[in-house]
Amino acid sequence: MDDNLVFKALADPTRRTLLDLLFERGGRTLTDLESHFDMTRIGVMKHLRLLEDAGLIVTQRSGREKLHFLNAVPIRLIHDRWIDKYTEPHASALADLKAELETKT
Amino acid sequence: MTTPTTSGPTTSEPTASETVQIYRVYIRATPEAIWEAVTNPEWTVKYGYAPVVDYDLRAGGAFRAYANEGMKAFGCPDVISDGEVIEADPPRKLVQTWRMTMTPELAAEAFTRLTYDIVPARGGVTKLTVTHDVTGAPLWAGLVRGEGESTGAGGGWAEILSGLKTLLETGEQLPFQSGPE
Repeated sequence: MDDNLVFKALADPTRRTLLDLLFERGGRTLTDLESHFDMTRIGVMKHLRLLEDAGLIVTQRSGREKLHFLNAVPIRLIHDRWIDKYTEPHASALADLKAELETKT
Repeated sequence: MTTPTTSGPTTSEPTASETVQIYRVYIRATPEAIWEAVTNPEWTVKYGYAPVVDYDLRAGGAFRAYANEGMKAFGCPDVISDGEVIEADPPRKLVQTWRMTMTPELAAEAFTRLTYDIVPARGGVTKLTVTHDVTGAPLWAGLVRGEGESTGAGGGWAEILSGLKTLLETGEQLPFQSGPE
């Protein structure tokens, strides 16, 4: 999955709210999701499409309904690929510093 | 954050889908390699929570996951989860029941239903979809969603699948998923 699509998908407050709604409760229909926004059905569908293209939403058919689920894996991949890379050295550097200061006292 | 329960009436018309979690990841690997990584203990100890799995890969076959040496050092019981194979169609589909038995509270919850769908995508990439129906297992549901991560219980499915992807694509284990030494 393309990281650019994930960052682009996350760079919008409506789409982040959609993800929050699906985090709170999965398996929601378009009608349910739509009811949380002052926006046309088509507008919400466009946002959902972008989220699905980024892999952040997985859909499943249930009879005539399409159910939406949050897929947290792409965010985890970015976390593991980028965030850890920058935060872990600092954390361990601080731990080293602490250990050094403690041994000197 | 609360986990929806399935018993009793609630205000928000609970449906079965509310207790289903879906995780999808694209991995540059063959379906066969992913199947092995899920079902073969030589692979499962190298990513995620690094359990030693034991599958009898036929409908009705038993499933057990055993603690690795590192887990035992932390006082884990030998058998950490159990279940039964419902469908085994290598390398495309595995359906099983799955119950965590690490603590009495978890062991008292319902058996959950776990489905691995392994579908070739394009360009040597395979789409792995994990569907976990956690109906009747609210504690287990929270753990597989990664809610216990800040308290050291791991990041759930997202962490497991991230580790699986890294392992199959690079041969490396994520640094925090070193498994048994």
